[in-house]
Amino acid sequence: MPSDPSPDAAALVAEHVLEFPGGYTRTTGPVIGRFLTELRDRRIVGVRTASGRVLVPPLEYDPDTGEPVTGEFPEVGPAGTVQSWAWVSAPRPGHPLDRPFAWALVRLDGADTALVHAVDAGTVKAMRPGLRVRPRWRPDGERTGHVTDIACFVPEVTTMAAPVRAAYRVRPGRSLARFLEGVRDGVFLGGRCPECDKVYVPYRTSCPACGSVIEEEVTLPDTGTVTTFAINNLPDPRAPQVPFVSAYIMLDGADVPMIALLGDVPAHEVRQGMRVRAVWLPPEERTLSMTAVRWFAPTGEPDAEL
Amino acid sequence: MGERCAVIGVGQTRYQTRRRDVSIAGLVREAALRALDDAGLTFGDIDAVVLGKAPDLFEGVMMPEAYLADALGAAGKPVTRVHTAGSVGGSTALVGASLIQSGVHERVLVVAFEKQSESNATWALSTHLPFTASLVVGAGGYFAPHIREYIRRSGAPDHIGTLVAVKDRRNALKNPYAHLRIPGITRELVEATPMLWEPIRYLETCPSSDGACAMVLAAEHKVTGTPAWVHGAAMRSEPIFRAGRDMVDPRGGRDCAADVYRQAGVTDPRREIDVAEVYVPFSWYEPMWLENLGFAGAGEGWKLTEAGATALDGDIPWNASGGVLSANPIGASGLIRFAEAAQQVRGLAGEHQVDGARRALGHAYGGGAQFFAMWMVGSDRP
Repeated sequence: MPSDPSPDAAALVAEHVLEFPGGYTRTTGPVIGRFLTELRDRRIVGVRTASGRVLVPPLEYDPDTGEPVTGEFPEVGPAGTVQSWAWVSAPRPGHPLDRPFAWALVRLDGADTALVHAVDAGTVKAMRPGLRVRPRWRPDGERTGHVTDIACFVPEVTTMAAPVRAAYRVRPGRSLARFLEGVRDGVFLGGRCPECDKVYVPYRTSCPACGSVIEEEVTLPDTGTVTTFAINNLPDPRAPQVPFVSAYIMLDGADVPMIALLGDVPAHEVRQGMRVRAVWLPPEERTLSMTAVRWFAPTGEPDAEL
Repeated sequence: MGERCAVIGVGQTRYQTRRRDVSIAGLVREAALRALDDAGLTFGDIDAVVLGKAPDLFEGVMMPEAYLADALGAAGKPVTRVHTAGSVGGSTALVGASLIQSGVHERVLVVAFEKQSESNATWALSTHLPFTASLVVGAGGYFAPHIREYIRRSGAPDHIGTLVAVKDRRNALKNPYAHLRIPGITRELVEATPMLWEPIRYLETCPSSDGACAMVLAAEHKVTGTPAWVHGAAMRSEPIFRAGRDMVDPRGGRDCAADVYRQAGVTDPRREIDVAEVYVPFSWYEPMWLENLGFAGAGEGWKLTEAGATALDGDIPWNASGGVLSANPIGASGLIRFAEAAQQVRGLAGEHQVDGARRALGHAYGGGAQFFAMWMVGSDRP
């Protein structure tokens, strides 16, 4: 029985590379050679079998019967359809792409068999059976007659971004500007229609019912009644929390309701008929904006009859 | 009314969340070519095209009628664009019908579409202009308070909305074009979905769909095949904020229905109409519109729903197709109602056909329940 090697001998380790100098020569034969020659010229061809099927990549024989194929090389693709795929989330050094991609079986249009190739889809979510893809070719002068002359396949274009941006300079109209002045000063301004005798708030210069010009300005109190409301469970940047209550509030003396936020009350304690009062920002914080009104809050009075 | 008018061709696309397989032009052509095929005609036989859709901001294509004119075979012909918010599909049919009834044209193609997947309707409807402080969050945020007021006034029990949500989705299972297909849907399933804008639950709202619908309308001497005759047609609108405006039972809707019934000679809609396709984007709008359209007295609409009167086997089926609750390509939704009404009286509604339907109502509303469009179609020549 041999004795154990010495520690020095046990630590012996070396790298060893087995590589035929210059690479093996691979004779293509007439069929594969034709395929690769066409690839170099940015064309993809298959070969037709005696039974009429088109094999891509081509073979010298029909794999089902062993019979020789015909001499006919129909052009296929370049587009094709993904049949199945495996997603490579961490590409290895020898892979065709350095970012996540799919190995896919692609059946090119006009072919009866599928070709294995890489699909540069960006994300696994883009991959599905039936996905339409096209080759991304290596540039002219870099194609050598190799299956990697197709760098990879990429999905066909099905959507495009259409940025639309319209920038406006907005000024409030005379009536809205007047209403906002009132809000800044802590009052709600309305207008009375001379024909209908109805009070509209926010202040407006014409009556939506009869079209009359409204000239009489009416200063309304900041108290009113909730006629109806929604409890919104979707977030909104203008609301302090979810859920929030958007309410129709009929200000005392007005004939149309305003829509406003309710606060200082749990959403499910809000009632139709609830009496409320505006909660204003401190005067120095108010601007010509509805943000001068924080929200409406219950007054504690008995509910109004609706 | 002038000349008689009839529907002689109807075409619809499949409705789904995203029609990624077609462009906007391809989508409207799909519906238009099916309508022409149904009528046995080609674009060359059409005198004028009327196109409807909801706000341009939905797809970001300004004046799509200009872009789509040649896609709809309208080169050298009059093209009219209609826009009345959610009711636009109905208004589009009525503008087309008026071109026939007035004697101006003999055959008119009406088309309406929406490709909601190109953007987001809630975004497009909530642009938040400076200086204003609108607190409305999408259409649901706008309509929820009016539904709450209906429930208070009528004393309707909470489950009425879920009954409609289930009924319309069950009908949708019989309609090959419908978007939402929820086999085995139950009240429990609807009630288990979250409140979005209380009192509106998730499954009590309509989906967001891509799709298009088209019809060929013809004057009497050009009628071929199986026509649906127009017996009455009307539009009404009203300002969104008018003192004393009833948002639960809008006057525009009542006046519009009264006009259509008068033209059609209908005095008792529940008994004289066989089937109705009514714009119900939130389930509670069925009982609300049952009252607004005169199928039930004030506060009584929910009792019809609860009793099953509006079900496919009820005495007055509403939305046999599954309605807006089952497919909502917004701009097309009104035209789909009008087209489904026509298919019922033509006897071509397929699996959701109401046996023996001879008179049908098509209805659409839009904006803040401000725009109304309705027509009555019948199998008999008026």
